[in-house]
Amino acid sequence: MGRPAAAGRTLLPRGSMMEFGLAQLWADGWIYAIARGALVTVAVGICSMVLGLVVGTVCGLIKWQRTLVLSQIVDVYTTVWRGVPELLIIYLLFFGSVEFMARIAAAFGFTNMGGGGYAFAVTVLAIGSISGAYSTEAVRGALAAVPIGHIEAAKALGMPGHRIFRRIIAPQMLRIAFPAINNVWQTTIKDTALVSVVGLQELMRTAFIGAGSTRHPFVFYSVAFVVYLIITLVSQVGFNRVERVLSSDTAKVA
Amino acid sequence: MDLILMAVPVLLKGLVMTLTLTATSVAIGFTLGLGLALMRVSNSAIAERIARYYSIMFRGTPLLVQLFLIYYGLGQFSFVQDSTVLWWVFSEGTRCAVLALALNTAAYTSEILRGGLQSVPVGLVEAASAAGMSRVLRFRRIEFPLAIRQALPAYGNELVLVVKGTSLASTITVLEITGYAKRLMSQTFAILEVFALAGVIYLALNVLLIGLLRLVERRLMRHQQR
Repeated sequence: MGRPAAAGRTLLPRGSMMEFGLAQLWADGWIYAIARGALVTVAVGICSMVLGLVVGTVCGLIKWQRTLVLSQIVDVYTTVWRGVPELLIIYLLFFGSVEFMARIAAAFGFTNMGGGGYAFAVTVLAIGSISGAYSTEAVRGALAAVPIGHIEAAKALGMPGHRIFRRIIAPQMLRIAFPAINNVWQTTIKDTALVSVVGLQELMRTAFIGAGSTRHPFVFYSVAFVVYLIITLVSQVGFNRVERVLSSDTAKVA
Repeated sequence: MDLILMAVPVLLKGLVMTLTLTATSVAIGFTLGLGLALMRVSNSAIAERIARYYSIMFRGTPLLVQLFLIYYGLGQFSFVQDSTVLWWVFSEGTRCAVLALALNTAAYTSEILRGGLQSVPVGLVEAASAAGMSRVLRFRRIEFPLAIRQALPAYGNELVLVVKGTSLASTITVLEITGYAKRLMSQTFAILEVFALAGVIYLALNVLLIGLLRLVERRLMRHQQR
């Protein structure tokens, strides 16, 4: 893999702009680097989404039940994390944790940290916490949309709290929250591109390195553009299918 | 305290750039988005399809890729460098950022406005036609005012996304709030403090924009008040 490109742009001499084609992308092995980057992007996306859903479910429940203090903390978290640019949050967590981790590593006698795994973990933390803030709103909204009468009826029948949640609230909530969760996923996978600026070698970073070392940014960013589009479109198809399954039992009644 | 005295003026300098980027790209993006939304609801199948594919492409890829494709990708071509107008746009980071942001927000805006236009009751449009209104007049007096009322709350979210999107301009050498914040972080190592200061500015900006939108909404909905 080439070294990171200089910040300046490359201005090509006349007539050389189309020499680098898809064939060369194949021959120089860049296509494998791109494929590997795409896999990292999808892995980061899925891990962040899972973390985000866990955070979102917990925080969503807290907001819904209006638990004192905790609910206010969640409010601050979702307001700040949804209102401040993702890039700024990434800088905070990366620069903040580098110092923090270096101190911990030094305390245990390590001088250099395992680069790749560390970057991946902080990335998932950053993107996952952003994803979690949006998921919180999705979960809270879905919980609020579950008819209170259903919950009251279950209580009147003497169902214990956890069973009310499992049988009455969760199934309805899932169906209502799903379209919003789909949107959160789309945003999450696109947000992963931002961590390329702090060095995780995912799709965008690979394209950046390729663009710099071959001096053909148009080709590389176009390929990245298409790969992202494929990822979002394919996952969209998957989500639509699940959405149909989830709403199939209501469709029959209607 | 020293940090605040040093950092705040720098960040406020960035705020001017953030505001410039936001205002220009929203102005261009809204106009373009309105055009795309009209294409989506038009009778022409080709126009509808072009607008739909545009929306899929720009909403399905990260803004950062779009920005780099415009700034690094298009700037490399000699026909761009030779054309005075094109080179004026592509030679400089700020203009590339505005272009990318505007094209991006246009796609989202078109979806929001399309939803608004589709929510206009058919009967009202038919009544306007029956009263002899021309298409332009009908759009100006009936469809647009009703659609925009429907679309405004969702458009508020989009405005916040544009404000947040301007931070990406810092990756192509444009110094706005996030760009200055990153620089301050690496100079002072006061990472959390700089984040908090920059974050407060962004949150204030968002609150202000949403507030302005509420005022517009109140004015548009004044027939329903009291």
